[in-house]
Amino acid sequence: MLKDQDRIFQNLYNDKGSDVSSSQERGDWVNTKEITDKGRDWIINEIKESQLRGRGGAGFPTGLKWSFAPKEVGSRPHYLVINGDESEPGTCKDRDILRFEPHKLIEGCLIASYAVQAHVCYIYIRGEYFVDGQKLQAAIDEAYEKKLLGKNAAGTGWDLDIYIHYGAGAYICGEETALLESIEGKKGQPRLKPPFPALIGLYGCPTIINNVETIAVVPTILRRGGKWFASLGREKNTGTKIFCISGNVNTPCNVEEEMNIPLKELIEVHAGGVIGGWDNLQAVIPGGSSMPLIPKEKCETLTMDFDSLMAEKSGLGTAGIVVINKDQDIIKCMARIARFYKHESCGQCTPCREGSGWMWRMLERMAKGEATKDEVDMLGDVTNQIAGHTICAFGEGSSWPVQGLLRHFKKEIEKRNNLDPIVQKKNNIPYLVDQHLLDKKNA
Amino acid sequence: MSLRRPAKDQPESFEFNTSSLEAANVIVAKYPEGKQQSAVMALLYIAQKQNNNWIPLAAMKYIAKFLDMPYIKVYEVATFYTMYNLAPVGKYFVQVCTTTPCMIRGANKLVEACKEKISENECELSDDKSCSWMEVECLGACVNAPMMQINDDYYEDLDKEKTLDILDKILNGETPKPGSYRGRVNNEPENNRKTLMDLKNA
Repeated sequence: MLKDQDRIFQNLYNDKGSDVSSSQERGDWVNTKEITDKGRDWIINEIKESQLRGRGGAGFPTGLKWSFAPKEVGSRPHYLVINGDESEPGTCKDRDILRFEPHKLIEGCLIASYAVQAHVCYIYIRGEYFVDGQKLQAAIDEAYEKKLLGKNAAGTGWDLDIYIHYGAGAYICGEETALLESIEGKKGQPRLKPPFPALIGLYGCPTIINNVETIAVVPTILRRGGKWFASLGREKNTGTKIFCISGNVNTPCNVEEEMNIPLKELIEVHAGGVIGGWDNLQAVIPGGSSMPLIPKEKCETLTMDFDSLMAEKSGLGTAGIVVINKDQDIIKCMARIARFYKHESCGQCTPCREGSGWMWRMLERMAKGEATKDEVDMLGDVTNQIAGHTICAFGEGSSWPVQGLLRHFKKEIEKRNNLDPIVQKKNNIPYLVDQHLLDKKNA
Repeated sequence: MSLRRPAKDQPESFEFNTSSLEAANVIVAKYPEGKQQSAVMALLYIAQKQNNNWIPLAAMKYIAKFLDMPYIKVYEVATFYTMYNLAPVGKYFVQVCTTTPCMIRGANKLVEACKEKISENECELSDDKSCSWMEVECLGACVNAPMMQINDDYYEDLDKEKTLDILDKILNGETPKPGSYRGRVNNEPENNRKTLMDLKNA
């Protein structure tokens, strides 16, 4: 288990209070000037050396992202945008940072803004977290009062203003370009990339977008050194991470742990074990609902980091672990996730808008045992028609969980759905656009 | 996508009152000059708050004029985001999370409780018109599942009895205490904490 002094979020359970003075006792806002005095290049290099990867789901190296910001500020100002639109089912880590460790985030905003030369920072918070946003606003107000923000923030000589922008219940606004659209006062529909936001982002200006957790760990990394952070976890998957363990466990909780921790340890030690014992485990969704589930056999030895989960054809995502035990109907669980994606699709790309509804309806029927044999493969086809054919990653996010279900629980589906196909003879019914290609392959 | 329709009965006109106007001007100042359209989301919230928890079409027209932008763009935003209520929802708006992490911990019991206490169908006002309920997607408090949101507050770690109790209170016009209803502290593992122990004891 990670040593307590190596935990970044000391106030994760709000033992100490979240105001400036108690945050200072924990080491926030101490010598912020010394860090910025070392210069932009030093900061970015130190973050690169720490091998910090974005905590929002995609795991993009943060130092690299910052280095994409233009070196000189041209006619257009730079912006820093913090993504706190935490809506991935199974994830609730950012909420705790917003309400209990707001000063880690605010100080991180100052350092990151300095590194990418932004004078204005927007923090986008999902609308449901209104109360937690108010707590962050109170912390921001206190920081202004103590001269930690505003002109010459914290004595660093850098001017920074932070504003909160509330979302209004759209999951898709967690996608970075949709988030920018939302801040600009439009529907949250993702933009085509390129151009990437680092060059053309908010209001057409260079914009760096980071997750709340990513920014909140930055001050501690710079204080204790990139080497310290890199010494935790393993190569390319370094540092600590807040894991949210929910579902059928005895004590669901948020806990900060080292990367590469065994999944079994997280569940057994911190979450008090699976309800009904480890043998009652059915499957685990390792990284928020978009990541394919992992069946029990693999959970024995699985370690939680970006690359080892990728090797299992899943992903760390946001590290929201949903434990599903054998008392649950796995097809129903996935049908509910499919309904989530059907509800949250922004409607911009046809494959996703229509396909997410298809997947939901098919899975609902499969859960009831009303589907025919051939529909199991058809469902797989539908997922392949969505993934990779959309503007943003929502297409993948909505089809991966279904693909995971088909990969590991196909037998279960087939057992329940053994109705004969409505059309018995194998006709060429072109339910797919690419039927001719399939025919060619089968010929 | 979710289908959202404005209410049939719409008020004739809408205008910000003094406090809303003040709040709106503070919001507009957050954004760069000429980019006042960014304030549309926050202004819709203000209108919703002022107008008893829902947004009439007249308010969208008013906001469009206020921000100097086309009415259709405000309409687009108001119909795209699900937290803007386009029809009356009552003084207390109950949102029950039923996405998978809550579902497998028994969110359907919460839905049952709402059906018993408030109304048979979702988005339907209770008999005294003070309250309505709705199933929503993940509210981001998965380790406190099952949970529901009433107006701005989260009520966590619920079961059917506790939900009935809370609903009784709001139907009597009280505001029950938000937070965990199993008495646990925030998101810590209940009676099983193994980290940051010295802080807990301090």
